[in-house]
Amino acid sequence: MDYAGVVTLEILYMIAFLALTSAGLAIVFGMMRVINLAHGEFVMLGGYTTIACYNNGINIYFAMLLVAPVVVGLVGLIVERSIIRFLYGRMIDTMLATWGLSLLLIGLVTLIFGNTAVSVPAPITGYQLGEYQMGGYNLFIILVTVALLIAMWAALRFTRAGLIARGAMQGADVVASLGYDPRKVYMYTFSAGAALSGLAGGVLAPLTGLLPSSGGAYIAKAFITVITGGAAVISGTLSSAVILGTVNQLVSFAAHPVIGEIAMLVLAIILLRLMPTGITGRFFRDGT
Amino acid sequence: MRSWPSVGQIRWGWFLLATAILLLLPLVTDTHTPTVLLIWALFALSLGMMWGYAGLLSFGHAAYFGLGAYAYAVAVINIGESTVPLILSMLVPAAVAAVVGAMMFYGRISDVYMGVITLLVTLILFKFMSATAGDAYVIGDARLGGFNGMPGFHTLNVPGYPEISLFGLPTYYVCAAVLLICYLICRWILARSFGRVLVGIRENEARCELMGYNVPAFKTAIFTVCAAMAGLAGCLFANWAEIVTPRVFSLGQAAEVLIWVIAGGLGTLIGPILGAIALGYVKLLLGEQTVIDNSLVLGAVLIIVVLGIPRGVVPALQSVWAAAERRARGRTGSGQGARRTLGASNRERT
Repeated sequence: MDYAGVVTLEILYMIAFLALTSAGLAIVFGMMRVINLAHGEFVMLGGYTTIACYNNGINIYFAMLLVAPVVVGLVGLIVERSIIRFLYGRMIDTMLATWGLSLLLIGLVTLIFGNTAVSVPAPITGYQLGEYQMGGYNLFIILVTVALLIAMWAALRFTRAGLIARGAMQGADVVASLGYDPRKVYMYTFSAGAALSGLAGGVLAPLTGLLPSSGGAYIAKAFITVITGGAAVISGTLSSAVILGTVNQLVSFAAHPVIGEIAMLVLAIILLRLMPTGITGRFFRDGT
Repeated sequence: MRSWPSVGQIRWGWFLLATAILLLLPLVTDTHTPTVLLIWALFALSLGMMWGYAGLLSFGHAAYFGLGAYAYAVAVINIGESTVPLILSMLVPAAVAAVVGAMMFYGRISDVYMGVITLLVTLILFKFMSATAGDAYVIGDARLGGFNGMPGFHTLNVPGYPEISLFGLPTYYVCAAVLLICYLICRWILARSFGRVLVGIRENEARCELMGYNVPAFKTAIFTVCAAMAGLAGCLFANWAEIVTPRVFSLGQAAEVLIWVIAGGLGTLIGPILGAIALGYVKLLLGEQTVIDNSLVLGAVLIIVVLGIPRGVVPALQSVWAAAERRARGRTGSGQGARRTLGASNRERT
C-alpha cells in the first residue's frame, strides 16, 4: 500500500516536472512555431539566478518565484530582439540559431560561475510515508505546477492579452488587421515563455545541483513533451506530460531509471511517427 | 562528364594540389593534430553531403560517428585483427541508419520532426552507453565500460598481419587517403543520376515524386551511405584517441559537426571539410587555455553564420570571387561566374 503511494507520488512528480519544464517552450512553440533549443539554458539561468540571490541573503521563495522569472524574462526579451525576430518563418534556421545561443550561454555561465556544481538546500524537509522517506519538496513542485497551469489557462481564457495571444496563434494576419502588431505579440510571448522557463529553473534548483551544462538535462524532456503534445499549449503539454511521465516512472520502478528514460524517448519517437502533428494536432483542435 | 550547375564538378587541379599538401604536410609538422582534423573533416563531409545536397538535416549525426567507434572497439577486442572490425564500423551505423531512415522517410515526416527524431536517437544512445558500467554489459570479451568508455583495444593493422599495427605517420596517411577517397565517392554519387535525383528532391520533393521517383527510397539510401561514412570517421577517431567514451554521442558532438558544416558552406563538399579543419583547430587551441570555453566560440559562430551568412563561408567567398571575375573579364566571362553562384546558392529553406 505504502509502495503504491510512493509510485503514485513519483508519477505525479514526473508529470509535474515535465509540464513545468516544458511550459515555457510550449507557449513559444504554440504561438510562433519556434522551437527554442536554448530553452534548457533559460531553465539553467533561472536556477543560477535563484542560487545567486539566495547566497546574497534574499528569501528563497522570493528569489525562485519572482526574481528568476523576471531576470530570465528580460534575457528572453533581449534574445528575441537580437536574434529570433530575424528568423520568424524559418523553422530550421531558428533551431540552429537557438542551438548556437544555447552553446553561447553555456560558455558565458562557465566563464562567470566556473565549471563547478553549485546547489541550494531544499527549504522543505522530507516526511515519512509508511516505511519510505519522501522528499517534501516534490509536493511543493506538484503544487506550483498545478497553480501555474491554472494561471496560464485563466490568463489565456479570461484576459484581454490572452485573447489577443490566442488570436495570434490562430491567425496572425487577422490579429494584425484588427490593429495589434503580431511582432509585438511575438516579442511579449517569447519573453513570457522565457520567464516561465526561469520560474521552472528557480523552482527546480533546490532539487538538482546546477552546472553550466545542466540545461541539456531539461531540453530533451521538454522538447519531446512539447513536440508530442502538439501545438495546443495547455492540453497538449498536459496530455503528453501525463503519458510520458507515467511511462518513464513505471518503467523506472520496474527496471532501472536509465531504462525508464530510454523508454520515454523511444515512446516519443513512436508517437511522433504515428502522429506527426502531436497529440493535440490529432485529437483536440481548440487552441488552448 | 557533363557539368551541372547545382551538382558541381571536380576540379582536378585543386584535387591534386590538396593531395600534394596532404602528402608533404608531415615534413613540416607533427601529424597528431592533422590526423584528427582530417577525421573530423570526413565526419563533416558525411553530414555536408546529406544536408547540402539531399536537404536532409540530421541533428544527431553524432549517433553514427559514435556507433562506428563503438562497433570497431567491440569487434576488434573480440576478433583481434582489424579488417572485419573496420568493415563492421561502417555496416553497423549503416544498418541503424537504414532502419531509422526508413521509419522517418516512409512515414513522410517533415524536416523539423526529422531533426527531433535524429536528435532523440543520439540521446538514447548517449544515455544507454553512459549506463553500461559493470559486468552485465559485455559483448563477447568487450566490456562497454559505462561513462568511462572502452580503452585498450588494438589499433588498425595491415590487413592480414595483426602484428603490424599502424601508429603515428601511417595512421595519418590512412586518414588522408580515406578522406580523399570519400570525397571522390561523393563527387561520383553526385555526378550520377542518383545524385541528380537527390538534388531534385531537395529542390522540389513533390515534383520528383510525380516524375515517378521513389523519394523515401532515395532519402533512406543517402542517409544510409552518409551514416556509413560517419561510422568510418568514428572508427578512425577511435584509433586516434585509443579510447571510446559515450561522449561521442553527446549533444556537444552533435552540435559541433553541424556548426562545422553550416559555417563551411552548404551545397559544397569542400566547405564542410574546410569548416571542420578550421573550427576543429580553433577547438584544439582553445582546449589549451581555460579562460574562454569552446562552446562560447562555437555558439557565437553558429549564431553569426545563421543570421549573417546563412549559406556558409565558402559559397559566400565563391560568389564574391565570381563577381570579381565577372568584373575582370567583362561580359564574356559572366557565364562561368553565374553558374558558380547558382551552384552555391541552392540552400533549402523551410
